[in-house]
Amino acid sequence: MFVQVFMGGVLLGFIYVLISLGLTLIYGVMGITNFANGDFLSLAMYAALVFNVQMNLDPLVSLPLVVLLLAAFGALAYQLLIKHVLKASNMAQIFVTFGMMIFLRGIMQFAFTANYQMVENPLVSGTLNLFGASLSKPQVVAAAGALIATIIIYLFISKTKTGWALQAVSENRDAASLMGIHAQKMYMLAWIIGGACVGVAGSLMAEYSYIYPEVGAPFGTIAIIVVALGGFGSVPGAFISGLLIGLVEVVGGFYFEPAYKYLLVFGLYFVFVVLRPQGIMGKRRA
Amino acid sequence: MDKKTIQVKSLFRPAIIVPAAVVLVLCLLPQFIKGYPLHTLTLIILYAALGSAWNWLGGFAGQASLAHAVFFGLGAYINSMLQVHFEVNPWVAMLVAMAGVGIISILVGLPVFRLSGPYFSIATIAIGEVVKIIFINWKATGGAVGMYLPIRESSLLNFQFNDKAPYYYIILAFYFVAVSITYWLKNSRSGYYFRAIKEDPQAAKALGINIVQSKLLAMVLSGMMCAMVGSFYVNFTLYIDPDNVFRFMTSVQIALIAVLGGVGSVWGPLIGSVIILLLSEGSRAYLGGIGAGLDFVIYGLMIMLIAIFQPNGIIGAVENYRKKKRLKKRQMQEATDAAKEVGDHGAA
Amino acid sequence: MPQRRWAIMALLELTGVTKRFGGLTAVDNVNLVLNEGEILGLIGPNGAGKTTLFAIIAGYLKPNEGKIVFNGVDITGKETHKIARMGMNRTFQVVKPFSDMNVVENVMVGAMMRNASVKRAREKAMDALEFCGLAHRADYLGRELTVANKKRLEVARALASDPKVLLLDEVMAGLNPSEVRDAVEFIHRIHARGVTLLVIEHVMEVIMPISHRVAVLNYGKKIVDSDPKQAVSDPEVISAYFGSTDEGRGDASC
Repeated sequence: MFVQVFMGGVLLGFIYVLISLGLTLIYGVMGITNFANGDFLSLAMYAALVFNVQMNLDPLVSLPLVVLLLAAFGALAYQLLIKHVLKASNMAQIFVTFGMMIFLRGIMQFAFTANYQMVENPLVSGTLNLFGASLSKPQVVAAAGALIATIIIYLFISKTKTGWALQAVSENRDAASLMGIHAQKMYMLAWIIGGACVGVAGSLMAEYSYIYPEVGAPFGTIAIIVVALGGFGSVPGAFISGLLIGLVEVVGGFYFEPAYKYLLVFGLYFVFVVLRPQGIMGKRRA
Repeated sequence: MDKKTIQVKSLFRPAIIVPAAVVLVLCLLPQFIKGYPLHTLTLIILYAALGSAWNWLGGFAGQASLAHAVFFGLGAYINSMLQVHFEVNPWVAMLVAMAGVGIISILVGLPVFRLSGPYFSIATIAIGEVVKIIFINWKATGGAVGMYLPIRESSLLNFQFNDKAPYYYIILAFYFVAVSITYWLKNSRSGYYFRAIKEDPQAAKALGINIVQSKLLAMVLSGMMCAMVGSFYVNFTLYIDPDNVFRFMTSVQIALIAVLGGVGSVWGPLIGSVIILLLSEGSRAYLGGIGAGLDFVIYGLMIMLIAIFQPNGIIGAVENYRKKKRLKKRQMQEATDAAKEVGDHGAA
Repeated sequence: MPQRRWAIMALLELTGVTKRFGGLTAVDNVNLVLNEGEILGLIGPNGAGKTTLFAIIAGYLKPNEGKIVFNGVDITGKETHKIARMGMNRTFQVVKPFSDMNVVENVMVGAMMRNASVKRAREKAMDALEFCGLAHRADYLGRELTVANKKRLEVARALASDPKVLLLDEVMAGLNPSEVRDAVEFIHRIHARGVTLLVIEHVMEVIMPISHRVAVLNYGKKIVDSDPKQAVSDPEVISAYFGSTDEGRGDASC
């Protein structure tokens, strides 16, 4: 039984990692927390749903399209909104993304109603036996997809020139600009990657999850917790804490009251961050 | 000019006239509006009081909390539990709720104030979620269903009235308490200390400021004010449930009202509250019928526009204008200073 | 303690103070005495541990070993604000004005340490500004001042709290020659008010004429503690400053 629950936690953890990835990159390069990240995820799921209803494409098939769409949306959000608050106060930056969150929820509610919807006849369904645990096939596919996407993005950041530039801006904005790195381009890139990440996650999740305007909201909150727990701006930190939170949520929900599973997640974060304010992998800021 | 005219003049300064006019108008408004508009007005004042409370901690001391709905909701819950389970008088229950929330804010503040910037704000989000989950699952508070207050005879002592106007005057009185505290903060050592901490905690320490103590004071004041308003709220609606009072969006709205009005200003939260509530209530009333969600679209759009174009709030914009005027004067003065200095050196 | 007024009294005494960061020993077994009414210069090349030592004295960092006694009270590991209230105040090498408060308000915060009344604090602050020659900038915002004036603002803020001891951290770095002259004169005037001074300075030429005594730090260790003239001719000091690099010379000449 434990294996079953443990695997469930790991599967959820990989999704959390992917959703948090864009968030932590954005925070790393420009110090902004995107509170609308969860609503980007809802948007991706609706995009997959539209492709499914209109063109009869399975979410797994339309995934590249959704990723492109969300990446473009990330760029748009940066161009139209974020770019204009780069020098504004922290509160202004937070409120821009809050406004975006409310705006997106409104748009989705208006366009798709508040009803719960689902993709019909998904490509992958049923269960699968793995290490003695019976797991939902689409969730396994989603976790695997999330892991692959995470690895690709990690390789991009650590092995390519553009990725290094992104890291350089994250380390020290002023020094990076002295080295000829155009910081604003890197900001935009972070938003594009952020959009692409939730694009992947949304497509994968559309395969098995109900879709409604606020479906992404809890994921958005959890992702912020993941990023803060892992240490703002740290990709390995987000990986460890994403898995950890997935595990705590599922395992805790199984052995305690399911109603209290988030209590454990937030409690864990709270206790941890008070003891170690900079998070798992974060650097201490003065 | 003799002494008398100076005194009269100083009485008619804009700094006195404008607030006096605002107070007068607020007191007289129920003579002209009734029913739903008065209900909305009551909520506007209610949020202005909450925004003021946020302002002490977020605006003065620079600790941007995203969990003020927790203080508000806890105040409301403690008040209604005392009334429902122990038949305590609502006013006594209010005092107990304020004391209780005051203690809770110290217990919460001690660990959370070790965090700064986004870590602080996110820890407050976590606290908000934890409290909401507890109240949704707690039987004594009616769980997710919530609880109703017993209906009593209309009287001030019972905190229940057949008419809306008394409610309005009570929350207005509460709001004036909040305004007085803001005035006091602006002109007291504690207020200066809060601002110093916001600007630079390291330098503040060097000047003998006990940072934790100051932050706790801001938090306790803020929490107790919210509990007071929360107590009003539950007696006003006679019903409470976790989703209603502990909503994350309520916390966001409280912060938004303070920031939009003008961080650290006395009347800013009132301006912010008028705009935000008219916007959200208005778009709900006029657009809610056309299609669910459009109200949120407008509301969200307005928030984004405000954050981009008016990040210092309305009062902040006015102050910026004054600053520009001062700067011009200053440049002229500096030019004369420089000329003088050259003259001095020449002489030496 | 009126009976001791005429005796030389150690106002601040450091014994065996050591601070390590990981493998690096930033301050190494330093003994230091600051007598009442003295101007003590604390000098040393970049990275010698001067600012770290300041941070330890003012309670920003806890030493790994050693003891600090101020005015007869052990203040080792005491919180910064408590030390400040006991009458020891500091300025910062990297200036820290309250940027969005105006100059009087900045200084009022300092004055409030001893005056709960805002009105009294304002008067006190204006006095301090007058003394520091900043009164004509009273309504400027902290951020609007020049670097030289920001440094003066920090001193004014500290003085407004009536300190017994003032720790000045490189108040003259980054100033032009005429500003340095003003600053030297300024330090003398502060001293004349009866404030005991511990002054960190990187540039030797500036500190020698104003100090009654200098202590030289190098690699965290105190290598010399003597009157200024002896210190300049000390071979260890010369090699610390001019031996391996001529970084010190470069800075000293500008």
